[in-house]
Amino acid sequence: MTMYRKPKPPRRASLGQPLDRVDGRLKVTGGARYAAEFAVPNVAHAVIVTSTIARGRVKSMDTSAAEKVPGVIRVFTPFSAPRLPGAPKPGPHPPSQNAGAAQGGGPQGRQRQGQGGQGPAARGALSMRVPTVLQDDGVRYNGQPIGLVVADTFEHAREAAYLVRVRYEYETAVIDWSTAALNKPEDVHPLGGERTVTRGDVAKGLAGAAVTVDHTYITPLENHNPMEVHSTLAQWEGDSLTLYESTQGITSVRNTVARHFGLTPDKVRVVAYFTGGGFGSKGGPWSHETLAAMAAREVERPVKLVLTRRQMFGPVGGRPRTEQRVTLGATSDGTLTAIRHHSKSTTSTIEDWVEPATSQTRMLYECPNVETQYDLVRVNVGTPTFMRAPGESTGTFALESAMDELAYALKMDPVALRLKNYAEKDPESGKPWSSKSLRECYASAATRFGWSRRTPEPRSMRDGRWLIGYGMATATYPARRAPAGAVARMMPNGTAWVRAGTQEIGCGTYTSMSQIAADALGIAPAHVRFELGSTDMPENPASTGSVTAASTGSAVHDVAVALRQKLVQLAISDPQSPLHGAIESDVRVVDGRLTAGGLLGKSDTFAALIVRNGDQPVEVTVASRPGADAQQYSMHSFGAVFTEVRVDPDLAIVRVPRIVTAHAVGRILNAKTARSQIVGGVVWGVGMALEEETLIDPRTGRYVNADLAEYHVPVNADIGTINTAFIEEPDEHVSTVGAKGVGEIGITGVAASIANAVYHATGKRVRELPIRLERLL
Amino acid sequence: MIDFEYIRATDLASAVGAGAAASTRFVAGGTNLIDLMKLDVERPSHVIDINDLARRDPSLAAISELPDGGIRVGGLARMRDVAWDARVRERYPVVSQSLLLAASGQLRNMATIGGNVLQRTRCPYFRDTAMPCNKREPGSGCSAIHGINRTEAVLGTSERCIATYPGDLAVALVALGATVHVHSPNGQERALPIANLHVVPGAHPEVETVLRPGELITAIDLPALAAARRSLYLKVRDRASYAFALASAAVAVELDGRNIRDARVGLGGIATKPWRSREAERLLVGKQATEQTFRAAADAALAAARPQRDNAFKVTLAKRTLIRALTEVTA
Ligand SMILES: Cc1cc2nc3c(=O)[nH]c(=O)nc-3n(C[C@H](O)[C@H](O)[C@H](O)COP(=O)(O)OP(=O)(O)OC[C@H]3O[C@@H](n4cnc5c(N)ncnc54)[C@H](O)[C@@H]3O)c2cc1C
Repeated sequence: MTMYRKPKPPRRASLGQPLDRVDGRLKVTGGARYAAEFAVPNVAHAVIVTSTIARGRVKSMDTSAAEKVPGVIRVFTPFSAPRLPGAPKPGPHPPSQNAGAAQGGGPQGRQRQGQGGQGPAARGALSMRVPTVLQDDGVRYNGQPIGLVVADTFEHAREAAYLVRVRYEYETAVIDWSTAALNKPEDVHPLGGERTVTRGDVAKGLAGAAVTVDHTYITPLENHNPMEVHSTLAQWEGDSLTLYESTQGITSVRNTVARHFGLTPDKVRVVAYFTGGGFGSKGGPWSHETLAAMAAREVERPVKLVLTRRQMFGPVGGRPRTEQRVTLGATSDGTLTAIRHHSKSTTSTIEDWVEPATSQTRMLYECPNVETQYDLVRVNVGTPTFMRAPGESTGTFALESAMDELAYALKMDPVALRLKNYAEKDPESGKPWSSKSLRECYASAATRFGWSRRTPEPRSMRDGRWLIGYGMATATYPARRAPAGAVARMMPNGTAWVRAGTQEIGCGTYTSMSQIAADALGIAPAHVRFELGSTDMPENPASTGSVTAASTGSAVHDVAVALRQKLVQLAISDPQSPLHGAIESDVRVVDGRLTAGGLLGKSDTFAALIVRNGDQPVEVTVASRPGADAQQYSMHSFGAVFTEVRVDPDLAIVRVPRIVTAHAVGRILNAKTARSQIVGGVVWGVGMALEEETLIDPRTGRYVNADLAEYHVPVNADIGTINTAFIEEPDEHVSTVGAKGVGEIGITGVAASIANAVYHATGKRVRELPIRLERLL
Repeated sequence: MIDFEYIRATDLASAVGAGAAASTRFVAGGTNLIDLMKLDVERPSHVIDINDLARRDPSLAAISELPDGGIRVGGLARMRDVAWDARVRERYPVVSQSLLLAASGQLRNMATIGGNVLQRTRCPYFRDTAMPCNKREPGSGCSAIHGINRTEAVLGTSERCIATYPGDLAVALVALGATVHVHSPNGQERALPIANLHVVPGAHPEVETVLRPGELITAIDLPALAAARRSLYLKVRDRASYAFALASAAVAVELDGRNIRDARVGLGGIATKPWRSREAERLLVGKQATEQTFRAAADAALAAARPQRDNAFKVTLAKRTLIRALTEVTA
């Protein structure tokens, strides 16, 4: 027995703590239900039939053999499928039309809204995406949906799909992007921006440079390939539709599918409690949602449609190829005098989509003379889309490789070169940064990495046979916040229900939102039940572009604060409460227990409050939106990536034993899930640098390596240690919770950091990804 | 995947009897066959599951000593069991390594030795029914020759087919000169050198082995071979694990001081069948184990190479892989 009661340890706020995922157990025990796993009685199975030519028309489709397969219910073709009143015609259309329509026809449709690929304009583009839903006989890429088989089982549907015989009228497909015609300049419309943006005079800046570098960098076509393939389960009740959907954006799926069928959005409910990865490919709907809904309506049964892995190549987006020419000029002390960055990327012939690869170039370094420009070529491939850090992933490969080349040309340390051109405010807009800790990121990562051990000469560091290379690059991604809503309710047992129509795509949203709500309410995270993933919840942005923490996080914070306030007011105005008459600002809430400074020894609880309220839960709804800060500040996350590679000089094998990062991404909501985001991004960066490429047959446009045995992403053995750190910089300009978002930035800079290390190791500058061994042999 | 009849064989005689029928396939681990059935590349009407045969006759899945000091591996032994067998690891490191560097842990738990040596090419055009392929549809043409052909073969090709034999184990086995035991539908057993099991495509890429319908691999014998103890499998690929070889070398060497008394060379990832290079072996035997010797052997091994547009690098890579393997095994 002790004489004194141990003082209670000070209660730590749950925000920032490395809380285990609240849904972790569900996931590893199979309890988390994904779209295709909902048990709906009488469900039929659909399999898409895809084209085997890249361009032309479907002349006829013989479905007789398919229809004879036991269990087949219906085969839809472009000739037999019902016409949908609101399905857009395949384009490409002038984007002005699209953007205007997407923004509700409002005048702001064409305005430049936020940098990068996922500003509000991008969301508009998503909901105007052009699907291929059997409304015409056109074929625009190899692998395009041209039919749909519905059967009693998946196996019967698949067998029948193989038996559909198609006759085509062939046209010459445009496959080779290097010879394909460029869009006319006036037909190049990058999301949320202009084709050409200049500041100062690049020619003059280059004329005044002591050193220039001028090279072209190429990134290949890539496809997202989340573990969970895209899937939809469509169920009609009268003229109301429910879609169980694998998506990053329930709202855009609802709105788009409703429009295709000529329904008002309230007739469509989209449910996505768990999404098995999306990385941009599930940012909005494609063709399969509408096809599933169409089939379900026609066969009068719920229909489940799960894409095959091969169908992940083409019908659901990918990263386009980019060819980026970067020209840098600097004085002999390393001061940048000019930056020119031209990016040409591919799109489909259905829809124009520009990879925003030059966004970071306008803001990353102080430089008076900058020119960025886009070009676009239309080829017969599937429509590209957002893919992890769209723009910044491909763009930082080019820009940060070029910076390394400049450092060598100047005989300057690559970190010193970057510090020399450190932008103290946004060089594009002149606005102050809402926060920026990039200097600290360089210092932290360089120290932890041991950058000072680097001898700059290529091939100067070895370990036995292995050539060792050290490389670094800057990471960056915009911080954005979008309007979001949430509803919160205190239950009689003292637990809170909080709901927001966001998505859990694997980032840990269930967990971090529980933490935000818990802290704001003054209860333990275990007493929060956070729900998401249904369009009958308050509307939230798509889980893309690193917006969730700042947007949904702020809404959840605000709703929890409002609920707490309402409950506190209830207590102090309730004659039966021990806290009756207390001053509101004196009330503290810890673990659901209310105390007031002036009323020592007295307390009330949320649970008791609700019981006295006749067991009636107390509920609050809020809509939260970004304030004026968004106009006053430039908001970006930053980071630094340092890489060690080892290269076998004979066999050209590249290994990446360690990567050290430091990122400043605002407040960290959960140290564990935030770290996982960075680690995941870095792993993908390794894949982008060394492995990933979608191969297209040059004659037929056929996707050649359309499976995970041949489309390589890193395996465990490819990954050494990834040592991450965050520079904490709570940024209340970006969001109430101080978070900037951490989903996208992890991949940025990684490919350049690796390519720079490979150069240091071997003396070979590889300007085309992936760095396959034959490029070093 | 089309509807098919599934039969669980309980004894060898009925298995090979049923297996001789048209459009019939054995399934062991199923990691290759079922995959190809889902892709509609294999369309058997009957599938005979041979896994239960080992229950009746455990020797079919066993690893046992042969009187002459060799080792017999049952056709239904799993890749994992052979890879980790202490005797195999000690006496035939090249065999163990070729297995451990193949596929993934999960696949090695399922896949069998018989199925492994008979696995079919990963040529993407073979695996895509939308594209012509002489192997899949004789006479339809080869899409790879003028297509994306980075992973295709440079040795043993023909104008009809350049598809690479993808497996690793068989490369080690041809180097060692293993013997394949086959049970035929007529009840006969026959044995053949593994080098004779696979055939080059020539005019008939659809014919991949000399096995006749219904013939079942019951065992593979690893010969008693002094060189096997000093053996090694080196595999170069696009990622550190879980990828097929771009180039691989199976080497076994018997040294007398620095003098090479016996040498075996198998090459993988670059040929239409598991490739044994007797040209390289001839240039090694009786020579000093020097880089110069290895280089001459590597040049000889690839002398007949016929690269395509995307895979010319394989010639250089294969040579360097072989040189490295010989350097390491003689170190
Ligand atoms: C993603 C992936 C990666 C892989 N990577 C590699 C790799 O790196 N290296 C490598 O070597 N392999 C690799 N493999 C191939 C793998 O090793 C083979 O699929 C496996 O060994 C086949 O064995 P199985 O028992 O599953 O064969 P099954 O699929 O059951 O059969 C394959 C074929 O052999 C026939 N068959 C099976 N057993 C017998 C028998 N006893 N007698 C006669 N015929 C028989 C079947 O009829 C069928 O035609 C990979 C496979 C996958 C899916």
